[in-house]
Amino acid sequence: MAKPSYSNLPFYASLGLKCGLEVHRQLDTAHKLFCDCPVRPYSPEYHAEILRHMRPTLSELGEYDPTALMEFKTHKQIIYRLNRETVCTYEMDDAPPFRLNRDALHRAMVLSVMLDLNQVDELHIARKQYLDGSIPTGFQRTMILGINGLIMCNGRRIGIRQLGLEEEACREVSDRGHTRTYMTDRLSIPLIEVVTEAEARTPAEAADMAGVIRKICHLSGLVRTGLGRVRQDVNVSITGGSRVEIKGVPRIRQIPGLVHFEALRQKALLEVRDLLRDSGVEPGAFSDDLDVTAAARKHAKRLFQKRLSRGNKARAVILRGCAGMLSHPLGPGRTLASEVSDRIRVIACIDDMPNMTCSDDPDGPTALFDEARRKAKAGPADAVVVVAGPVRDVVTAVQEVKNRMLEALEGVPRETRKALSSGVTSFERLLPGPDRMYPDTDLPPIVLSQREFETAEDQAPEKLWDKEAAYLGSGLSQAQVDRLLTTDQFRVYDEAIDRVKLRPSILAYLLVDFRVGLRRAGVEVGALDADLLAALFGDDSCASIKQKDAAKALEQALRDKA
Amino acid sequence: MTQGDKFKGYRGPGLETLKRFNVGVWEDVCVRSAKGEFRGIILPRSETADDRHIVLKLDTGYNVGVAAASCIEITSKGRREANYHIQENEFPTDPAKPDVVLFGTGGTIASRLDYRTGAVIPAFSPGELYGSVPELADICNLTTKKLYGVFSENMGPNEWIGLAKAVAGAIESGVDGIVIGHGTDTMHHTAAILSFMIQEPAVPVVMVGSQRSSDRPSSDAALNLIHATSAACISDIAEVMVCMFGPTSDKYGLLHRGTRVRKMHSSSRSTFRTIGDIPLALISEAEIRPLRTDYLKRRPDRKVKLDAVYDDRVSIVYYYPGMKPDVVDALVDNGYRGIVIAGTGLGHVNKPLYPALKRAVAKGVHVFMTVQTLWGYVQMYVYDTGRDLMDLGVIPAANMTPEVALMKLGWTLAHSDDRDEVGRMMLTPVAHEITEREPPDGYLILQGGLPEVERFLKSYQM
Ligand SMILES: [Zn+2]
Repeated sequence: MAKPSYSNLPFYASLGLKCGLEVHRQLDTAHKLFCDCPVRPYSPEYHAEILRHMRPTLSELGEYDPTALMEFKTHKQIIYRLNRETVCTYEMDDAPPFRLNRDALHRAMVLSVMLDLNQVDELHIARKQYLDGSIPTGFQRTMILGINGLIMCNGRRIGIRQLGLEEEACREVSDRGHTRTYMTDRLSIPLIEVVTEAEARTPAEAADMAGVIRKICHLSGLVRTGLGRVRQDVNVSITGGSRVEIKGVPRIRQIPGLVHFEALRQKALLEVRDLLRDSGVEPGAFSDDLDVTAAARKHAKRLFQKRLSRGNKARAVILRGCAGMLSHPLGPGRTLASEVSDRIRVIACIDDMPNMTCSDDPDGPTALFDEARRKAKAGPADAVVVVAGPVRDVVTAVQEVKNRMLEALEGVPRETRKALSSGVTSFERLLPGPDRMYPDTDLPPIVLSQREFETAEDQAPEKLWDKEAAYLGSGLSQAQVDRLLTTDQFRVYDEAIDRVKLRPSILAYLLVDFRVGLRRAGVEVGALDADLLAALFGDDSCASIKQKDAAKALEQALRDKA
Repeated sequence: MTQGDKFKGYRGPGLETLKRFNVGVWEDVCVRSAKGEFRGIILPRSETADDRHIVLKLDTGYNVGVAAASCIEITSKGRREANYHIQENEFPTDPAKPDVVLFGTGGTIASRLDYRTGAVIPAFSPGELYGSVPELADICNLTTKKLYGVFSENMGPNEWIGLAKAVAGAIESGVDGIVIGHGTDTMHHTAAILSFMIQEPAVPVVMVGSQRSSDRPSSDAALNLIHATSAACISDIAEVMVCMFGPTSDKYGLLHRGTRVRKMHSSSRSTFRTIGDIPLALISEAEIRPLRTDYLKRRPDRKVKLDAVYDDRVSIVYYYPGMKPDVVDALVDNGYRGIVIAGTGLGHVNKPLYPALKRAVAKGVHVFMTVQTLWGYVQMYVYDTGRDLMDLGVIPAANMTPEVALMKLGWTLAHSDDRDEVGRMMLTPVAHEITEREPPDGYLILQGGLPEVERFLKSYQM
């Protein structure tokens, strides 16, 4: 199969693809956002553990959030691992926040200027509920610094909805059955969240937007770099579909494929909906479920194994008129049955795979399905889903099978999904709404002074697109510009450019491609700075030096130094 | 809607700006300011915040403040009032379940948010509690009575007496258990005085609160309330107790005796400890496991000895090196009748205080010695200082904590002013405020960093 062209605008326009980003990037501060714990490299080492549960509570507007209720149904035990060096009682939620880290605030203000945002005069810290346990309080402290900004991406203006300053969540260690374990060292590291408007029209544009934001972050010099210090959430919808958020994509190059397959998944779900409706399936078609424990022990012992151990139960859900629907393909290796299975895994916590079987599965236990159909007075046009496990989990699972099918009748459920290594996504949780936000009562609003705004303005470098235009104008290629920025070598370049007589593209080559090559070859490149370059190439005679010769001279100088 | 409601909380330049553009709270507006355009709903302003900003709730749910002075234009698109309420459902009753009364004094067990102050305010009716902690209906039939609505630092003698009388009334009316919601800061003061005012209750009297606010998903509030209600219903320990988290983890609660419990950390969930002894029982959703046997048992007789009196002319003198005698003199001259000293070590103060103490005793003031180490007994025979102090008339108060001794002295002085009688009452335990012995595991503060403790912590969720 030919690799799809992720920039085929007419194709994605025909789907009505809309895509926006939420880029999370850690700020390079010494301390965390609300306490004086240091920011250290991640480490698996821990000294103690605590156990917590999360209960849904009310938002300011008096509603329970749907995600909140879902998480509560999962009855998860959340275990936090604590390292004495990197967490204190604040991160454990055994103490209120101490104060807002002003260095983090200042850095975020500079980035607000760089993103051309309407800046907020008085910051209000909000509590954003997260019942997955990723934050021990059950909420993230977060605040908006600015709204309605813009970036230039491939010559297009892309709106920036907002920039938030917030605390990082924990790192998940494992999630099995009813126990989820987190490492807390990352918790509360200051982070900016840059939210774009949903203005990417193709998967390639979404990646380009992420690339622009990445370069702005590098240009600021105020952020942490490296894997695990940045994550992208990608929002995808198509015409007739819903907003689906793909959470925590670590690398920009993963974005196009994920967006593409999400768009196709939504298209396929709309087809499923139409097929269901065309064959007259209505919400009442999913109302029957029955105990099939004995039949499952007889016909599906190998499949369910210890999920059918003593005390456990198996139940079948009858999906009337739905034969063939569960095998409808939704993406590479994915069908509607995968979506149902995801829900059972995440919400009912039955996570030994396969965690269900259905009558659309050609290798499924036919005798079990036949018996379920016979008992339920169902026929071959009706699909059967069977789940097995502890009674409480099975009750939840049965409900989730029905819920997911009801959603299939509506089209595309609003949910957050996580990227799998295969390039597709799986269900993570229902998409939360604004109801999960309410004011933090531990710290008063923070009034920003005129002086703070001015300092941020003064410190903000020129706009990325202006800087890029200048680089391109001096003869650099776009690829060179991108790499100068994302390797942070643009600082050396800017310092050296007026002191060397080299052609700009040669200087860029030395700092980016050649430098990387030397480092790979084991040459110590730490001494490669503007002074060295000026000493080597400051002479007028260097104006005509060839790239190859400049490279040779530089390599020799570095080897001599070492 | 009154003018006040329309501009709720706004004053000064903020109020003027709203009036100038003829907009008020809950209006969906577009604000054009020097910093750009902001769309959102105008929220009421907290009274503790400044008067120079207007708060908007954006569509995303975030709140932002716009400087009033920078507003160029505000246009309204209509009103959208938020109707914040705790889900209220009728609390189910089941004749087979025990009846529990929950008295409220102002702690936040369940809560909602107050826009005006941005503060968390308690939710309390059975319906509201059922809406936020539905598990309670599996435990009991609940009625609630709000006695006070104060932060716990504002609880005082009048509230203690009122609370004690209400509890006694409820016991006599035949309930199966009593829960008292209370702020945690002074919970151990109230628990101590109730132990003296409500003696030999026929049913459990359980105080409960929360350390981490109940609006947060990880709050200890719901679990504490579930534990306390279970203890009130099921437990056969008919004493005044405090029921709060054992460890900081969501694992189990502890039932502490009202006279031996103390808040030991300003914010941790595991803040309450039994001092100088072990707790009464361990309580989880699965069981109540008594840790000792010397408690008063639940009785069917609906009786209680109510003795709700208090003389508030008592104080604690927390001794420090270099303290001057005028501290003691000032209390005596101001008419105080009882002084509890929190002394150093085994119960000591410096020599310059002696004349002041002698004068106090001579003026009929009752002076008792406790230890600021909290753990351990006053032992004034060991050193000359102690013997000298006893000669001056200072009475050692055994292993009462300073706060408990203060509560007891206030209660005692409301019965008698006779030196011998006051001494006798103070030193005759009513509810284990003095214990005969301190068991070897009555004092345990694990020291972090030690290899054996680290091993323990790693194997046990703390
Ligand atoms: Zn910390």
